[in-house]
Amino acid sequence: MKVAITSTGNLLESNIDQRFGRCAYFVLYDTESQSIEFVPNPNKELEEGAGPASVQLIASKEVKKIISGEYGIKIKSLLDSLKIQMISIKNPDKKVKEIIDLLSH
Amino acid sequence: MSPRIKKFRKVLNMPIIKGFKPYGLEANKQKKEAITLLFEEYEALRMCDYDMFNHSKAAAEMNISRPTYTRIYASAREKVAKAFVEGRQITIEGGKVYFDSDWYHCKKCGCFFNNPEKENKVSNCPLCGSDEFNSCDNDNYHQDMSTKYCDDVCFCPVCGFEEIHVNCFPCKKKICPKCGSYMRRK
Repeated sequence: MKVAITSTGNLLESNIDQRFGRCAYFVLYDTESQSIEFVPNPNKELEEGAGPASVQLIASKEVKKIISGEYGIKIKSLLDSLKIQMISIKNPDKKVKEIIDLLSH
Repeated sequence: MSPRIKKFRKVLNMPIIKGFKPYGLEANKQKKEAITLLFEEYEALRMCDYDMFNHSKAAAEMNISRPTYTRIYASAREKVAKAFVEGRQITIEGGKVYFDSDWYHCKKCGCFFNNPEKENKVSNCPLCGSDEFNSCDNDNYHQDMSTKYCDDVCFCPVCGFEEIHVNCFPCKKKICPKCGSYMRRK
């Protein structure tokens, strides 16, 4: 199963990005093969609709869970209908590596 | 003056149908246009008459005030009655709503998560796998220390008194305990 984590940089030591739609990078982590992929977010600079565009990108990668800080009002309903689980971590100092460690408990 | 902007109403359950059609309408009667039942009105009707919630509980579920809920509910009943009496169709659509599922809070790793598949119950936290989590409705949410306080500080522009900012309580409305003037965010 694939999990997307929003990240502020393209390193494992980067912090989690608190915004979903306008995060710098998406970290795609596959829980089965344990592969990690960094995808830069092309919607970062969009003036409007960054959230839905990001959802489209994530959904095309067949992600089942998203880990981020906050989700906008447009996104919650979209993700609900796509049956993608939202996990929200309200701690901006959490590192991507720590989250991946948690996931593989 | 323009009217006050409507708040978004939270809807937990989507209706499983798009509307209703009357049948057996007398042939000589002209078919009238459909009545639009808004999503929030459907939700209000569902909670009050199907789940048997009282108005204050239903209002809390939808994230609106009790009087607003009562108004939505009254309008829903009015529309349904109108459709019945005049033999009109009902279409359920529109309204200022957002759809949300139930959220949970994990005590071990401190994360919040939702459950997009309503049919299956949550058995453990999707992040750390712990089974110590509780459902978070609005009351628990505000009691949680990490969400109640942030790093911001309110200060008094007159005497310089400082206090940690509490979320959801605007600094501009707080009164300085020392000199009695209104406070501001630092």
